[in-house]
Amino acid sequence: MAKLNMVQAINLALSQEMAKDKDVLLLGQDIGVDGGVFRLTEGLLDKYGKERVIDTPLAESAIIGTSIGMAMAGLKPVCEMQFSGFSYLMMGQFEAHATRMRARTHGQFTVPMVIRMPFGGGVRALEHHSESREILYAHLPGAKVVIPSGPRNARALLLAAIRDPDPVVFMEPKHSYRAFREEVPEAEEVMELGKSQVVQEGTDLTLISWGAMMRPTLKAAAEIEKKRGVSIEIIDLLSIAPLDYHTFTESVKKTGRCVVVQEAPRSFGVSSEVVARINDESFLYLEAPVGRLTGYDVITPYFGREKSYLPNSDRVSRAITQTLDY
Amino acid sequence: MPRKPIAKFTVEHLQILDEKGKLDAKLDPKLSEKEAVTMYRWMRLARELDERMLKLQRQGRLGTFPPNTGQEAISIPIALRMQEKDWFVGAFRELGGRLVRGEPLTATLYYYNGWEEGNILPQKEMRIIPTSVVIGCQIEHAAGLAYAARYKGEDAAAVCFIGDGGTSEGDFHEGLNFAAAWKAPVVYVVQNNQWAISIPRSDQTASQTIAQKGIAYDMPVIQVDGNDPLAVTVAIDEALARARAGEGPSLIEAVTYRLMMHTTADDPTKYRGKAEEDDAWKKEPLIRTRMYLDKKGYWDDAKEEALLAEVKAQVEAVVKEFESAKDWQQDEPFRHVYGTEHANITEQHQDFLANVAREAK
Ligand SMILES: Cc1ncc(C[n+]2csc(CCOP(=O)(O)OP(=O)(O)O)c2C)c(N)n1
Ligand SMILES: [Mg+2]
Repeated sequence: MAKLNMVQAINLALSQEMAKDKDVLLLGQDIGVDGGVFRLTEGLLDKYGKERVIDTPLAESAIIGTSIGMAMAGLKPVCEMQFSGFSYLMMGQFEAHATRMRARTHGQFTVPMVIRMPFGGGVRALEHHSESREILYAHLPGAKVVIPSGPRNARALLLAAIRDPDPVVFMEPKHSYRAFREEVPEAEEVMELGKSQVVQEGTDLTLISWGAMMRPTLKAAAEIEKKRGVSIEIIDLLSIAPLDYHTFTESVKKTGRCVVVQEAPRSFGVSSEVVARINDESFLYLEAPVGRLTGYDVITPYFGREKSYLPNSDRVSRAITQTLDY
Repeated sequence: MPRKPIAKFTVEHLQILDEKGKLDAKLDPKLSEKEAVTMYRWMRLARELDERMLKLQRQGRLGTFPPNTGQEAISIPIALRMQEKDWFVGAFRELGGRLVRGEPLTATLYYYNGWEEGNILPQKEMRIIPTSVVIGCQIEHAAGLAYAARYKGEDAAAVCFIGDGGTSEGDFHEGLNFAAAWKAPVVYVVQNNQWAISIPRSDQTASQTIAQKGIAYDMPVIQVDGNDPLAVTVAIDEALARARAGEGPSLIEAVTYRLMMHTTADDPTKYRGKAEEDDAWKKEPLIRTRMYLDKKGYWDDAKEEALLAEVKAQVEAVVKEFESAKDWQQDEPFRHVYGTEHANITEQHQDFLANVAREAK
């Protein structure tokens, strides 16, 4: 096993799947010679050639529109949006066509494609480069939304996404790209889409997050456990849509307390849906209202202010403490 | 019935001052000494600021930014020919033009150091649209601004800048089409600097020229040497005159070269050779503009030295101001979500302030 960061792990997944399946090809801006602005596709042009690693002209809608055509004809395009902030230019194609083709034709035509996009804050980037807008895609029936949190699950989930028969938006928390390394087995490892992961079992509180927020979440949990001698169950959602609500509603039945940590703005976010599902399934088991630590309903500030707006481990600790002490 | 051609199009290229300093006297727009010297002064100032910003960025004193070096002969002469009431609609590589319009030099520094304060102009009436980071978005804004100007009887035009890469976005085609269909008073200027990050112009579009894309929408087009400030001056004068005469939009393709990295986060050695860059440096605009001033008898080494010292001092002072003024309120964004108050925001604002206060301890 090699210790890889998320960039290398995603590169490994792309490379291995391209070697295995000739129908997999990549489209995106600067993904060829340049290897991608984050170097995710480094070396793939040399290995697989220009016909499979397509440096496109600068048009997000055309990348997704042409990929829909390719997918309907039996190919498996894996597209890169350079930043999630520019992906809205393809929203028309995605909502009106990628997510609907299966339903419109009762499965005769399908759109098996992956749209990778770096998202989220914390890297001192220009405006439009730091938003966390997973909910925009998660809200669309027919779309799957996957958010890895580390190198190992990024690799295993990306393989699953490429093999999935439907369009998958694969949102990569760019703050975690090079933040840490993990052992990633060379041999193929695939995780099932649509499943969350209990990353730590516990009995006193269920702590839920995803993507880059897993790091401050894990840190806060460890601190509180040490300080208070409690046991916290930690769930990494991984799949935003479809949402694996059984995993967390069952957990809450056991612990009776829950905190959800979300980087995105507070209103109408994934955490809102999580709370609603707990209300549906586990309400009578609750010993405290479900705590929510989220971003604010403001336009993502430029990086001079970014740090004070992002949830951090101190704020997670406070949310946990409040819920424990309720 | 025989086939017969029903339309024919040509694209003209204009160069007045070449890289050796040779001037086509017949085409010379005959700027006054003051105009010529002013233009050169702005070019030097923009170059100095750009170079200084690169140093600041490398020292960790400024965030990522897109250098402008080599493209001074486009937005500067254009801004100088615009009137105050005209709209300046930039992408993100028009540093010089913004300065000419009156944007404070500090604004660029604030903006690229992560502060919304960099978008705030001394007066809204300066009519400079904030930086357009989302490629192509401004193309349609310009058509709308121009429409509004005409509707209000203002006799103003909009001048909109785009990169060569930006011409691939749907917004480019939709915006040009709207502008032409409305005969809106707008001038589109494509700064064709040969690269869109790592994608060369030849991979961006199969079109022989970018200028010809305007022909599809029936607007007058021209390709100019974008390192030649005189050619740019002539082209913008003609296009603005048409806009003011109610003749609708024009497209200018200004051929130049992105001499530096795309942004400071980019490494051009991955995708282009040094020979190409060296060659482009020989054609950069400041050298020839200086030769032009010399030839006209407006300039000499002493004046050059004085100017260099002057812009250096000016930029130095601006950097000082920038570095001593970054104590803005962290909670400012809460005041600008809506123009009206709502509990959803005010309550979150309170929560934010409490968090920040707690963490300051
Ligand atoms: C809609 C959108 N897609 C992608 C990007 C990322 N991006 C920033 S600049 C750039 C290339 C722009 O090239 P060009 O239009 O030629 O302008 P130049 O940088 O050469 O001035 C890209 C792809 C973006 N900012 N907006
Ligand atoms: Mg360009």
